[in-house]
Amino acid sequence: MFSLLRSMWLTFLHAFHKRDTIQYPEQKAILPTRWRGRIVLSRDPDGGERCVACNLCAAACPVDCISLQATEDETGRRYPEFFRINFSRCIFCGYCEEACPTYAIQLVPDFEMGEYNRQNLVYEKKDLLINGQGKYHGYNYYKVAGMAIGGKDKGEAENERPPVDVKSLIP
Amino acid sequence: MATIYIDNTPFEVPTGKNLLETCLTLGQDVPYFCWHPAMGSIGACRQCAVKVYKDENDTNGKLFMSCMEQVRDGMRISIADPEAKEFRAHVIGWLMTNHPHDCAVCDEGGACHLQDMTVMTGHNYRNYTFDKRTYINQYLGPFLNHEMNRCIQCYRCVRYYKDYAGGKDLDVFAAHNHLYFGRAEDGVLESEFSGNLAEVCPTGVFTDKTLKQHYTRKWDLTMAASVCHHCSLGCNITAGERYGTLRNITNRYNGEVNGYFLCDRGRFGYEHVNSVSRIRKSLVRSNLPEATDKLTALQAAAQAMRQGSVIGIGSPRASLESNFMLKTLVGEDNFHHGVSDTEHDLTELSLKILRESNAPTPSMREVEKADAVFILGEDLTNTAPMLALAVRQAVRQEPLLEQVSKANIPVWQDAAVRELVQTEKGPLFIAAPTITKLDALATQTYFSDPDAIARLGFAVANIIYPKSPGVRGLKNDDMHLAQQIADALMKAKNPVVISGTSSGSEAILKAAANIANALIAKEKEAGIVLTLPASNSMSLAMLGGHRLQSAFEAVENGYADTVIILENDLYRQASEGAVTNFLKSCKKVIVLDYLHNQTTEHADVLLAAGAFSEADGTLINNEGRAQRFYQVHPTIEDIQESWRWLGELGTIVAHDQISWWHGYDDILSAIVKEHPEMKGIEMVTPPSDFRIAGQKIPRAPHRFSGRTAMRANINVSEPKPAEDPDSPLSYTMEGYRGQPPSAMIPFFWAPGWNSNQSVNKYQQEVGGHLKGGDPGIRLIEPNPEHKFSYSAAVPEKFEPMDGHLFILPMHHIFGSEELSAQAAAIQERIPEPYIAINTDDALRMKLDEGQLMPFAIDGNLYQLPVKLSPTIASGTAGLPVGLPGVKFAELPAWAILNRELQWKQQHQTTY
Repeated sequence: MFSLLRSMWLTFLHAFHKRDTIQYPEQKAILPTRWRGRIVLSRDPDGGERCVACNLCAAACPVDCISLQATEDETGRRYPEFFRINFSRCIFCGYCEEACPTYAIQLVPDFEMGEYNRQNLVYEKKDLLINGQGKYHGYNYYKVAGMAIGGKDKGEAENERPPVDVKSLIP
Repeated sequence: MATIYIDNTPFEVPTGKNLLETCLTLGQDVPYFCWHPAMGSIGACRQCAVKVYKDENDTNGKLFMSCMEQVRDGMRISIADPEAKEFRAHVIGWLMTNHPHDCAVCDEGGACHLQDMTVMTGHNYRNYTFDKRTYINQYLGPFLNHEMNRCIQCYRCVRYYKDYAGGKDLDVFAAHNHLYFGRAEDGVLESEFSGNLAEVCPTGVFTDKTLKQHYTRKWDLTMAASVCHHCSLGCNITAGERYGTLRNITNRYNGEVNGYFLCDRGRFGYEHVNSVSRIRKSLVRSNLPEATDKLTALQAAAQAMRQGSVIGIGSPRASLESNFMLKTLVGEDNFHHGVSDTEHDLTELSLKILRESNAPTPSMREVEKADAVFILGEDLTNTAPMLALAVRQAVRQEPLLEQVSKANIPVWQDAAVRELVQTEKGPLFIAAPTITKLDALATQTYFSDPDAIARLGFAVANIIYPKSPGVRGLKNDDMHLAQQIADALMKAKNPVVISGTSSGSEAILKAAANIANALIAKEKEAGIVLTLPASNSMSLAMLGGHRLQSAFEAVENGYADTVIILENDLYRQASEGAVTNFLKSCKKVIVLDYLHNQTTEHADVLLAAGAFSEADGTLINNEGRAQRFYQVHPTIEDIQESWRWLGELGTIVAHDQISWWHGYDDILSAIVKEHPEMKGIEMVTPPSDFRIAGQKIPRAPHRFSGRTAMRANINVSEPKPAEDPDSPLSYTMEGYRGQPPSAMIPFFWAPGWNSNQSVNKYQQEVGGHLKGGDPGIRLIEPNPEHKFSYSAAVPEKFEPMDGHLFILPMHHIFGSEELSAQAAAIQERIPEPYIAINTDDALRMKLDEGQLMPFAIDGNLYQLPVKLSPTIASGTAGLPVGLPGVKFAELPAWAILNRELQWKQQHQTTY
């Protein structure tokens, strides 16, 4: 009998507690930054596309919902000609982000992607590419890679010596 | 056999091999870089270290480089020993100190031997904290990309390029830790086999430039076993596709045919499939719009067939099945070979020689083992490039057999062997119209007109075996040379005579046959290799059929009024006037092809055929080896194999045989029934209902990506994957994961071995035959019982004619072949048209290098810049065959010189 009353009392007290339920969509939830939501392609600190079209995200994707084609600009910088994610297949596992060697592909705290037409869930590069660095700041893959691209010739990357003079015999 | 103990497990292994290849043959994973099965060991990279123990009581052991250690009976080694493992991890750590952070943008990534070996040794963090060494790259031409930063100094590239392929312009420069592998200055790599550097290089220093233009990782390619269509040798290739376009060609190991390498024409000629001149839609000319769907086109073709009397023109570049289907559809009497009359005669003669000769025709592997070679009238580097590479290996044989066996050095000790042999070479004699790239290796060369070459050949045969007819009136010098050649061939154990159709001379072929049979009569293990004009010339010859000229006559005489032309540009097979006249006098012209050309312009009905990567079929190479090529990817729209088009056409017109054939296997059994000689082609590959554990063989690797996104832009609902009714291969990654039968290996891959070095796991022994035997079935075997009748057709001495030049065909690896000449990268290497004339003749005619020389062959006018050649015989001239801008001429032929034309500056089209 006592426990019954006690339970009713506790339940009654809850009426005065702070609400756990929020009035979505009028009120938005605050999501942690590591939330695995919508996928974006970010840019490096210099504003260039971070994605180098290495295909690792596509290979890591367990549902094979990423497809892309690599191409190069005239200076040798590689970037995706197209980059497509079929979000109607995506399971937001985040493997693509883990596989990415350039911090280009990132999962951001946004889940509001509902569509009436499934076709609209196919995101192309123009839908994915953002004008910022996303979660990871300061990293520029081409600054550490050995390839020469426009604005960074051989030997100008971080931790690189100037190019070898083939004709020199000095050690 | 010897017993060795690897980590205390006993194995029975053959002796004489090195420890590394023995371990790899046994399926052990030992990392390596500088060793290559085709090139032997030099012990440069120190990567393959293993522990070797003195005896079973020795617990310490010593580190040895397994590639430098010969297998001994009772040997005890350890691969898993912690010290050996640590040593290997350190070595790779050092190799990686300067390796750039490039994998993501490197074309080798995913098929990289360095990646595989790094993972295998367990090295994963760079401990070296100092700066990385960098290099400036070079421009190496349209085939290869150079990224020198990635180099690990294994020396494989120069060992392949210089020592194996005989190239001169790639070398190692600088010293100590600045080694630079490249050319002395930027420029196009001269070797015709440079593309192999992309596969020989264990990392991404040399990569395929054509792949770079539409880059795809190996794991994303849909691949299938294919056969090269760019010459008659039938090298095995793997073709890879992504998003509907062909992406690259890689070597598909075949121990009997091409081994580990391909020529540049074969590797980079594939781009014709992606060319803008592809026929992607069938056309019916009377309709508007002309591009139409499959059914309309078929009905238009069937109607034309019903209304007219039909003849068919086959093709030496179409598959056996397509040619056979056409032959059946139009009837045996109405089937014509779509080749020039010279080509027709020479190919039939070659087949006759192979059938009747007592000498077998060796495979390329066997040519590599020949200890004396005599080449008559062929410029192999340009007509059958991989055979030239085989001959390069053959000249090493005699010194290897003689000196090296005496010196007690194993043949795989590459550096030691080369040191011992120095520049010594086995006997190689070349008789050709003009200089060839193999001349530098030759013991003696002989440059003359085809008749003189044939006479030399007949004289050699006569000296070897007097029953072979002799030559009258041979000059003393020539007689002396013939004696020298005969002596060298008689001294050898297994000499090989190489000739072919490219010189356009029957006499040369007959002389070659006489020599080979004379050697057999003297109980030598001699062989004869004949190169043919096109990839499937042999099939056409075996199927039989009439000449092209009789097709022209049939229409002219009103016997026929409708023609079906199968994958053939007739303007490359007969003179322009004759072909135009022929096509215009036909009531209806039905053409099946995949590239637009002059012939397709005349087509009333044009059916879009599948290129080699979009079709299944069989090719028969110059040695009579039938090999199957598989469709690589499902085709878009209405492109399908020519044999399928013809089959459907046959069904619509209710052909009494064709209507009963359902699918590929039925055609094969029909071919065998019709041509008993081809028995065996149905066994080249397993039938289309073959399954392993109930599963098909996947064309795509298991990591294939993007399946649910690649077509999502068109429709988010994925279609059912395409099915392949013609083969046991599936177009997806689903299916049996183990090793398929050797003839249908879509790609080489083994756990931990992503690069094509994984081929080790597919071979019976490293560098040997594939497990289950090398693909392809040889249809022609010599009959030792048959009595060879020696040809007595010794030609008379060539006499130059005043005001005339005898025009000889000159072949070019890049440009002479129709399909590869449509590939963008190859196009950059096609030479400008020219006419090669003797330097003395030019002096007499007051012509200088580069000056235009007008002449006429068979009524066709030509005006080409002169190229002086000191070697071409006086009174003859060389005209490049098939180059864009050079009109067809039936060569060899007499040309009338017409200097008047030039002086009067008549209006004339320049070709």
